[in-house]
Amino acid sequence: MDIIIIGLLLGGTYALMAMGLQLQYGVARIMNLANGEMLVAGAFGTFWFYSATKFSPLISLAVIVPLAFAANWAIYRVLITPLVRRAKSQGQLEVDSILATFGLSFIFVGGLLALFGGDYLSYSYLARPIFILGQPYGLNRVTAFIGALALCAGLYIWLHKTRAGLALRAVAVSPSAAGLVSINVPRASALAFALGGAVTAAGGSLLSIFLTFDASLGVVFTLKALVIVIMGGVSDIRGAIVAAFILGLAETIVASLVDPGLTLAAAYVLFIVILLIKPEGLFGRRSS
Amino acid sequence: MSNADTHGDTKPTAFAQAMLDLRESAVLSGTEKRNLAICAIVAALWALLPLFSTGYILSLGISITIFAGLATSWTLFSGPTNYISLATAAFFGIGMYTVAGGVNLLPYPVLILIAAVAGALFAALIGLATLRISGVYFVIFSLGLAELVRQVVSWGQHVMGTSSGLYVLVDRSDSVFFWQLLVFTLVVFLVSWWIGRSRLGFALRIIGNDEVVAVHCGINTARAKVTLFIISSTFAAIAGALVAPRWSYVEPTLAFSPFLSFQVVIMSLLGGVHRLWGPLVGVIPFTIMWEFISAKFPSQTTLLLGVAFLLIVYFIPHGFVGLIEDFSRRRSGIWAALRSKWQAKGGGHE
Repeated sequence: MDIIIIGLLLGGTYALMAMGLQLQYGVARIMNLANGEMLVAGAFGTFWFYSATKFSPLISLAVIVPLAFAANWAIYRVLITPLVRRAKSQGQLEVDSILATFGLSFIFVGGLLALFGGDYLSYSYLARPIFILGQPYGLNRVTAFIGALALCAGLYIWLHKTRAGLALRAVAVSPSAAGLVSINVPRASALAFALGGAVTAAGGSLLSIFLTFDASLGVVFTLKALVIVIMGGVSDIRGAIVAAFILGLAETIVASLVDPGLTLAAAYVLFIVILLIKPEGLFGRRSS
Repeated sequence: MSNADTHGDTKPTAFAQAMLDLRESAVLSGTEKRNLAICAIVAALWALLPLFSTGYILSLGISITIFAGLATSWTLFSGPTNYISLATAAFFGIGMYTVAGGVNLLPYPVLILIAAVAGALFAALIGLATLRISGVYFVIFSLGLAELVRQVVSWGQHVMGTSSGLYVLVDRSDSVFFWQLLVFTLVVFLVSWWIGRSRLGFALRIIGNDEVVAVHCGINTARAKVTLFIISSTFAAIAGALVAPRWSYVEPTLAFSPFLSFQVVIMSLLGGVHRLWGPLVGVIPFTIMWEFISAKFPSQTTLLLGVAFLLIVYFIPHGFVGLIEDFSRRRSGIWAALRSKWQAKGGGHE
């Protein structure tokens, strides 16, 4: 029972991070391999904020989210736009953006190493038990879960109830058709990329409440987010949320029954199962 | 080879004809013979290196030779198909660990063979799972692969109660070691060259241009991709097995370091991935430059490597080979213009 609850708590935070990647990949069509590094940057930012001010890590979101938004907007404008312009086809853009963001991820890791050093960083916040169904759980996990759910819900409503959200969803379906109904596609893509980065950093910030981070951990989170997005189906945000909970559960099961060092293996097993059974994702439609 | 020829003859479609034409144009021509001769001479000269120098220069030579082999085998698969593999370190580490784990039980040459088989089997599994479907699945899968294998190896060592670091003590002088690697790299080159002019290589280039077209041409795309991926990864595993004695101490974090995958990709891209000799043109300057950088800024290597990578992707997308070919094309263009001008002048005189 406690495995299920811990898995669900973890899944909530994963859902947030996967939504970030999904905005970047589904709408802006950029396969961002530096996504995990953005998450680690968010975690480190919160660590730094908390050690410096002793305010709640949740308040640090108010600083980190706008910063990450601005940083990702700049990344899209400066680094990705030239690639979009020079790409002759979608395939070419995919290869170029994979290479560029892969390089970017190393720059991030290098930058984080230079700023914070190579140690594991963690802090203690709300490390008290809270009782759910008579079992104790870390209050920090529950806090992060609630924070993540609130952000997920906010993002979901924004995407489905506002004009800007509608524009992003239109671009996700077809960039060229979206252009025909006078949606500014480059602008919408930049917005989606920046928003995705901000959401990912927020996910990192929340994860840092109960996880320990070091600078080289980004690639693991990139992979987890990618597995979630593929499992859920690239074009559907509900799929990502369901998939995030599945991954959270699978990881917790592996971590508590086999070995905590094998969580990545859980992600890979899910990945292989999805590839073999339903490569278009749980909620994806098979393209003809 | 002869089998492939008759195969082409039995299909008198326009496409098969085009394929046949291409193959005929690829039959060992004068230029190719000349190129092979140049290759042999360069390799022979390179093989003399240990006779003239030991120590630092030789170790630089060893690095260049390893990376030439690794980058060429990476390009063998990722160059024509555009499926970027970020998993070289996973296979390299598997090769290394096979040797490290068995060095006290089996003779070293047998271990190299086992490493090759292990690498091939692992690549086959991954290829069958990810390459049957087109798209980015393969790239994503390869991204965390080294980390996955590292976790599994660490876990295995933990369960079996062995220490995480292993010693590989095989008696080899630096020169012998160098020649071993040189032979390996030459084999990689010859195999790449041979595949590049075979039907398989041609099929891969079509897949890289347009996978749908390739399917409609009757190419079994999955089989072609998986085959090539296995060959390429087996080479990486063998490289790991060959390098293990040189490191003499092997540890999961060292053997599966993502740095290696990254270096291989960056060197290949720097050289250019559409020519056989492309990676080599990237490996030599990069290894020397990297030696310098990592000595000068040992704590900023990751950052600088990332910056170098972005510079290459943005400013020399086709690598040095692209630059060289652009330049020679422009030069021959000028030459042709001058000649026609001169001819026009000459015509005026008469």
